[in-house]
Amino acid sequence: MRNKIITAIMTVGFFVNAGAVYAETIKIGYMTTLSGGAGIIGKQMKNAVELAMEHKGGKLGGMDAEVIFVDDQRKPDVAKQLANKLIKSEKVDVIGGIIWSNLMMAIHKQVTRSDTLLISSNAGPSSIAGSGCHKNFVSMSWQNDQTTEAMGQYMNTVGVKSVYAMAPNYQAGKDMISGFKRFYKGEIVREVYTKLGQTDFQAELSALRAAKPPATFIFQPGGMGINFVKQWKQAGMDDVSKLYTVFSVDGISLPALKDTALGTISTQTWSPDLDNAINKKFVADYKSKYGGYPSFYAAQAYDTILAIDYAVGQSGSKNTEKMREVLAAGDIPTTRGSLKMNTNQFPIQNFYLREVVKDSDGVVTSKIIDTVFENHGDAYVQDCKF
Amino acid sequence: MTTTLLLEQIFNGLQAGITLFLIAAGLTLILGIMDFVFLAHGSQVMIGAYAASAVTIATNNFYFGILAAIPITFICGYLLEWLIIRHLYKRDHMDQVLATFGLILFFNEVIRISFGPAALFSNFPPSLSGFIQILPGTPYPVFRILVILVGLACAVAIHLFVSRTRVGAMVRAGASNPEMTAALGINIKILFRFIFAAGATFAGLAGMMIGPLTSVEPGMGEPLLILSLVVIIIGGIGSVRGAFIAAIIIGLVDTIGRVMLPMVFRIFMSGPTADTAGPALASMSVYILMAVVLVFKPTGLFPPKGA
Repeated sequence: MRNKIITAIMTVGFFVNAGAVYAETIKIGYMTTLSGGAGIIGKQMKNAVELAMEHKGGKLGGMDAEVIFVDDQRKPDVAKQLANKLIKSEKVDVIGGIIWSNLMMAIHKQVTRSDTLLISSNAGPSSIAGSGCHKNFVSMSWQNDQTTEAMGQYMNTVGVKSVYAMAPNYQAGKDMISGFKRFYKGEIVREVYTKLGQTDFQAELSALRAAKPPATFIFQPGGMGINFVKQWKQAGMDDVSKLYTVFSVDGISLPALKDTALGTISTQTWSPDLDNAINKKFVADYKSKYGGYPSFYAAQAYDTILAIDYAVGQSGSKNTEKMREVLAAGDIPTTRGSLKMNTNQFPIQNFYLREVVKDSDGVVTSKIIDTVFENHGDAYVQDCKF
Repeated sequence: MTTTLLLEQIFNGLQAGITLFLIAAGLTLILGIMDFVFLAHGSQVMIGAYAASAVTIATNNFYFGILAAIPITFICGYLLEWLIIRHLYKRDHMDQVLATFGLILFFNEVIRISFGPAALFSNFPPSLSGFIQILPGTPYPVFRILVILVGLACAVAIHLFVSRTRVGAMVRAGASNPEMTAALGINIKILFRFIFAAGATFAGLAGMMIGPLTSVEPGMGEPLLILSLVVIIIGGIGSVRGAFIAAIIIGLVDTIGRVMLPMVFRIFMSGPTADTAGPALASMSVYILMAVVLVFKPTGLFPPKGA
């Protein structure tokens, strides 16, 4: 009897394993925020991933591919649990996505040490670019400081002597200001830290009007950006100071701001009008499928799938180390052109100056007006030793 | 800190306070008179903002949006009371908290399903986008002045209604002794339903007015709900007059504190420390104020008579 059971188990086991060998499938766990106030960001990323899978005919690098979407609810503890589930019970080959730096910090060690490839579609905290880096992590976005560095650099070139800086009172707000200071050479008149999630900035705008700075630099992501830019225009602040933004006016906030945001300047690695074949196809198909411009979050999510496709295609395998070697070598085809990779596996890429304009259909979008940095690497790369 | 800046900040504080009052006025009556713990009042703000924005987008006319949104919020409040709330009056406060917290989730999800998770476009018409010189060289947005005026008009109307009209007398009677009022032949159930719907309408009106200033998105009412609960506690639960005065105080303390505290801290601290400590204390200021009031006047500054 016992022998029969053992035989039965072995037989079943053989067939299950055999099945896995014959139809090799690469499994991707895609983690983003699909519920709550930031749900719109996750929705755009999910749209972009689905579009990429459609463009690739459901196969990545010629291998059957399956994407499992999970909602981190913007909570680090939930992200940790989900990462654990993806690694241990779903046995995914790659984990992609992750919008927030604090969530990335929560799962980085756990995922990379489990020999699963981790590809960021957005978050780029400094520690994992520097001393805390790991070879199983690849960024398809940027390091957090870089976008503000580009804004600081641009403001030097246009000769802005002094600036009033404003950001929410939390870690990323302070990181953004410190990245800005690394390149900006003028004087910072004041650093104002607003409440995270603040809705009315009228009091801060009144104080700003009294201070009369020639330039104002803000980092107000998400809904705060909508509120800030709206109230800035409503208060007629354009006559008082020139506004420079990072991560405050994008494809997420523009549909709510519309004409109010026209003329607003920001720095970014991507723009819907970026002139290359992959980006043109991505933007056109995204617009026709989902009825609106994609945001940079969506572009980076799309690029994440393209990177996996490239890695599997070049290495002919879903082995973590082999895929990593391909990605580390760079020249990954993306919506930002052929993407080069630094030694810490963060991209070396261009940073553009974008302005909010109307397209030929009268829809408000962003357009590149200048290139601030060409092939810009991050400031932490020398601290990274695998 | 110049006098013009201080004056401007006082206006900002007034505008914030008046908006809070519109939300707190209904809530204080629901909590005080109806003895009902209602947490979904912030959803009424969201419904007002969405109704006004959606109709404004559809008709391309801001005033149509407001005109349509007022009855919509009233009907929403009326139906909500009739369908759900009236069944909860007899339950204990914990049940009410659970049920109305569930309503918050329900309303946020309904809005997300019907309008999507993205913020809705909303702005006031060009005719209201001008400035008024409150002092020479101090322009102030017309729309924000209008918010203050509408709020003040509502405050006066609520005051006259409660203190001078027959229905207002019933409300006051219902507040001090609901059983006796019912025994005198007044239909307390209908009275409560109308108070509830009127409270919802004022909260909705607040939503309509802040919609063009901020982002109209799911869950936009919750931060305001917390502040309006602070207002009610400071003002005295059930007192409209208390809610008015407390709302103005909270508006002023929050606004001026946010701007002034970092400046004050800079006098005796290094810049970066002051830039961090100032905002941290400023965001606590209204809660500190609430704690102080609770220590010295546990029933609030203006507890309603007989309560």
